Amino acid sequence: MSSGLSWNLADDVRQMLVFHFMLNALRAGTIVAVVAGAVGYFMVLRRQAFAGHTLAVIGFPGAAGATWLGLSPVFGYFGICIAGALVIAALPSGGRANAGLGGYGEESAVIGTVQAFALACGFLFVSLYKGFLSGLNNLLFGTIIGVSDDQVLVLLIAGVGCLAMLMVLARPLLFSSVDGAVARARGVPVRVVAAGFLVLLGLAAAGTSQVTGSLLVFALLVAPAATAARLTARPALGLTLSVFIALVVTWAGETIAFFSPYPIGFWVSSLAFAAFLLATGFRAVSDRHGQRRSRASARPMGNRVAAGAV
Amino acid sequence: MTRSEAVRHAATTTLPSDGASAAQSRPQAAATGVPLAVVSLEGASVAVGGRTVWSGVSLQVQAGQFVAVLGPNGVGKSTMLKAVLGLVPLSGGRVTVLGERPGRRNAAIGYLPQRRAFDPGTRIRGVDIVRLGLDGDRWGTPLPGWLRGSKGRAARARVAEVIDLVGATGYARRPIGQCSGGEQQRLLIAQALVRRPQLLVLDEPLDSLDVTNQASVSALIQEVCRSQGVAVLLVAHDVNPLMPYLDQVIYLAHGGAVMGSPEQVITADTLTMLYGTPIDVLRDRAGRLVVVGQPDAPTDHRLPR
Ligand SMILES: Nc1ncnc2c1ncn2[C@@H]1O[C@H](COP(=O)(O)OP(=O)(O)OP(=O)(O)O)[C@@H](O)[C@H]1O
Ligand SMILES: [Mg+2]
Repeated sequence: MSSGLSWNLADDVRQMLVFHFMLNALRAGTIVAVVAGAVGYFMVLRRQAFAGHTLAVIGFPGAAGATWLGLSPVFGYFGICIAGALVIAALPSGGRANAGLGGYGEESAVIGTVQAFALACGFLFVSLYKGFLSGLNNLLFGTIIGVSDDQVLVLLIAGVGCLAMLMVLARPLLFSSVDGAVARARGVPVRVVAAGFLVLLGLAAAGTSQVTGSLLVFALLVAPAATAARLTARPALGLTLSVFIALVVTWAGETIAFFSPYPIGFWVSSLAFAAFLLATGFRAVSDRHGQRRSRASARPMGNRVAAGAV
Repeated sequence: MTRSEAVRHAATTTLPSDGASAAQSRPQAAATGVPLAVVSLEGASVAVGGRTVWSGVSLQVQAGQFVAVLGPNGVGKSTMLKAVLGLVPLSGGRVTVLGERPGRRNAAIGYLPQRRAFDPGTRIRGVDIVRLGLDGDRWGTPLPGWLRGSKGRAARARVAEVIDLVGATGYARRPIGQCSGGEQQRLLIAQALVRRPQLLVLDEPLDSLDVTNQASVSALIQEVCRSQGVAVLLVAHDVNPLMPYLDQVIYLAHGGAVMGSPEQVITADTLTMLYGTPIDVLRDRAGRLVVVGQPDAPTDHRLPR
């Protein structure tokens, strides 16, 4: 973008915020990061990354189709992602947490097939529209200048609704994610919770697509959550960390994108990837430490609280 | 009046309509000297996937009784527990649990499903799993403990207490995916106990425990059963560690069930007939029964049906 990086943080930020598009990009990024960080935490816990990926990818034909029909891509994203979430929830295994030994199997085959078809349709819509090629790039890999005031408003409404619903669902969702059989016996409507979560996942994917593009949604939906899960095993802390990492990665990515010639999707994804690598390294080191420590204290097998626990 | 008639009488005359009256009717039943069955099956049948698993089963489990459910693989033991929890529908007959239809009083039941190992990558601590057993079915997001005052402290204290009870304090704060199978099993037993249930429904809780731990977990369950009057319905393949504690045994085989005291059911003839493979029952010097011959060893690849 602009090249006036002065290395004075306050000045740079001020310079950046002069531009209305940049303000909108940061607003949209903030909303999207909070939602993606929170929803992503549960997605990683439930091992539903594949369903999440599919919901993100079908956002592309949705947006392309909406553009072709002369509508705002925002409606395309949200419409198709919510519809997709409901379809996955209606599949025989009901999009339940992938905890069993059998995994997704049949379901992933169905989803995968539909996903390929959806991508192909998106490409068709783009060529039917005969728009600029950059339109395709933006839909797939995101853009920093495209976010309108209306779009921010829609994102805000969707984001607030999404977080409110997540707060209502959180505890039974966690329960049915880690321990579905017992949750069901306890009267948690596991299937309804799973369907509700898929809709949240659809909303998060649709929102995130508008900042990072359809193909890089996972930079915000998976990477921060996976990073947080490597750093802690506490649910509340993990959720908070996931949101925090998503926010930092987004703000930093957008800022760097502003001062550099390369697209936002690349920067956000790279920063998220770097955070993930760091956390993986940290995990490996602290696991090795923990092992050494537990070997050292292996003899007194008493009720000592494991010091290595995070 | 025979005992089962007495129980049926009690069940029909004091059948409560809601939880509150159920709680009141129990001491009443005890006062008249007629124990109200915690679990009662009357001519119950269950079909899974269109095939009848067992049928015409009538039995009662009383408060404070320690009952083992035995039988070969695939005979419907887990299905019986699920029927008690209301997770599979009956195809006939009637089941009453804590005075109500199955599923209505599940908050007062501690459940341990069969053979579950958490994926090694599961990044949730044992304490969190136990805590979910306490209030995981409530909607909403829990506030952080320090904001919840005495209630939050009480909940945390209860979780710590029950983890200590099963002897899992040493590893309860590790991610559960990194705990061994037996450690996970203990934490899951703690989860089943955390709500002070009136009925424990345990599907192979001794599975994946070593011999010493089988004995200590059996003793623990018996202790909870005796001291708090909790009825226990427990599926097992190896009865030996349970032998000292059992009040009643339910044997499932050939699409039906027999219930009786261990001395009645655990005999060489009954077991050999039920499993279709030779089994001996010996008596050791202390007069305890020991079952020899592994019921589940594939001596014959045709399952006894
Ligand atoms: N979802 C299902 N669909 C169809 N049949 C089922 C289903 N679940 C169980 N069954 C059948 O019901 C029968 C009883 O199963 P159940 O799990 O109760 O056996 P079990 O006695 O607990 O065996 P095990 O000792 O191996 O745990 C089996 O024959 C099984 O094949
Ligand atoms: Mg079973």
